[in-house]
Amino acid sequence: MSNTPEDLSYTKDHEWVRVKGSQAAVGITDHAQQQLGDVVYVELPKVGDKFEASEPFGTVESVKAVSEVYMPVSGTVAEVNESLNDSPELVNEDPYGDGWMIGIKIDNLAQIDALLTSIEYEDYIKEEAAE
Amino acid sequence: MRYIPNSTGERRSMLADIGLERIEDLFDQIPEQLKLKEPIGVGDPISEPDLLEYFRDLASKNGIDHQSFLGAGAYSHFIPVIIDSLISRAEFFTAYTPYQPELSQGTLQYTFEFQTMICQLTGMEVANASLYDGSTAVAEAVLMANRVTRRSKFVIADTVHPQYREVVSAYTKHLGLKIEEAEHGESGTLDPGSLGIDNETAAVVVQSPNFFGCIEDLAAIADAAHNAGALLIVAITEPMSLGILKPPGALGADIVAGETQSFGIPLSFGGPYCGMFATLDKHVRQMPGRLVGEAYDSQGRRGYVLTLSTREQHIRREKATSNICTNQGLFALMATVYLSTMGKHGVQEVARQNLHKAHYAASEISKLDGFEMKFSSPFFNEFVVRTPQPASRVMKRLLDKKIIGGIALEGHYSAMTDSALVCVTETSKKEAIDRLVGALSEI
Repeated sequence: MSNTPEDLSYTKDHEWVRVKGSQAAVGITDHAQQQLGDVVYVELPKVGDKFEASEPFGTVESVKAVSEVYMPVSGTVAEVNESLNDSPELVNEDPYGDGWMIGIKIDNLAQIDALLTSIEYEDYIKEEAAE
Repeated sequence: MRYIPNSTGERRSMLADIGLERIEDLFDQIPEQLKLKEPIGVGDPISEPDLLEYFRDLASKNGIDHQSFLGAGAYSHFIPVIIDSLISRAEFFTAYTPYQPELSQGTLQYTFEFQTMICQLTGMEVANASLYDGSTAVAEAVLMANRVTRRSKFVIADTVHPQYREVVSAYTKHLGLKIEEAEHGESGTLDPGSLGIDNETAAVVVQSPNFFGCIEDLAAIADAAHNAGALLIVAITEPMSLGILKPPGALGADIVAGETQSFGIPLSFGGPYCGMFATLDKHVRQMPGRLVGEAYDSQGRRGYVLTLSTREQHIRREKATSNICTNQGLFALMATVYLSTMGKHGVQEVARQNLHKAHYAASEISKLDGFEMKFSSPFFNEFVVRTPQPASRVMKRLLDKKIIGGIALEGHYSAMTDSALVCVTETSKKEAIDRLVGALSEI
């Protein structure tokens, strides 16, 4: 069973968001990293890049697949986790901690409300599995 | 694997499946006035003996009885006969791109060996399965440095092969990349202190031995580049020099891009050739082209696989690092056979012969009245000679004596009307060099 912390928000594309004021950290969920398997490469944007919600901001490559990672809400990249360049396995080991991907400045905080809660996300995973 | 074309019946059945009757129906999107309606103009069929004679006539225009001292990016080297025998095997000769790569273990194995030998020669950590040629490899290196550093300014030495610079310009001019030229100093090489590198520079592109044959101080240029956070791209047109020179990887190169024509690939009037591309492991994800890796199956048996293909055009087109989605397989095989046939000591020996013969020629020419070496820098197998008369006239006179003396540099560097680039390889016998010197003395 995957870990889904209650204090985070989630997307249907399996990203998590940790909001602090008008900023937020973004990564992929424990469920996503389990599905992907060993992550071997993470391609991230650069600080200052702007993205709309649902736009891909990076790529995660695992031994099984290559997947895009999507912006949960519109915003500007304020920080990038450079340690993933050398240690992409952090995404597997600690998806909600050292495996974070980018820090963003959120354009419109109201967009956060449209994201899933941990309970909604868990339900969503179950639905997906049932399909 | 053999290439088996479709039969007429199969074609008819495929057309029927998509609801068409004739092949022409596939092209009805093309306006009528753009379609070719008359024969393509290759002439009437002729008999095999006539065809052979036609090509013999054409070939005789190549001046095979001339002694050539041409270099400038395409080098005359001895080609061991074993190369033709091995590359003529049907499995190698017919293959284009292995689209079911793991079925083509032989192709993958020699590609792996090619990559390995390019790494050994250049002193780099990882090499790809080859690119079109040296010039496109250098252009790809520029694009890669842009991806790695996310900077868009480049400093390129004016001593990089002029045609390579043209290709770089063609590749980059619509991508918003800024290319600045760094001028060579009096010695024929770059002054590392005055390259104009700043914190926006993505990479410095330098060729060594450069277009004038001079050996650049790569370590100092690497320091200058790295101090500003820029990469060093080393272009190589004459890889035989690596048999005797310190590898660029040991001198701080981040990307080595160049040509492998010297290793068993015929001159062929300028191409096709085979590009090499090598870099550091940490940049492997940004490397263009394909890469073959060694792998083991569940029973520990060795196999070769295409790895890091995720950015290739055929898998994730929109993320492709390059528009080159293939490599120069057969030519990479020629280079691989050459390098394995010659071995480490063989390549070193050929390099030594090039060095000695070229230096002998340079010293003999320098003794002639009115002739002198233009540059003072150390050189490998090419050098620039200052001529007492316009170099183009001197070359023309030599041609009358069936000697192709080199190239007059005026065509590439307009101010250098009195300079010619001369190349001497292991294929030039001492008598031929002496004939060149004798002919020059009569001018």
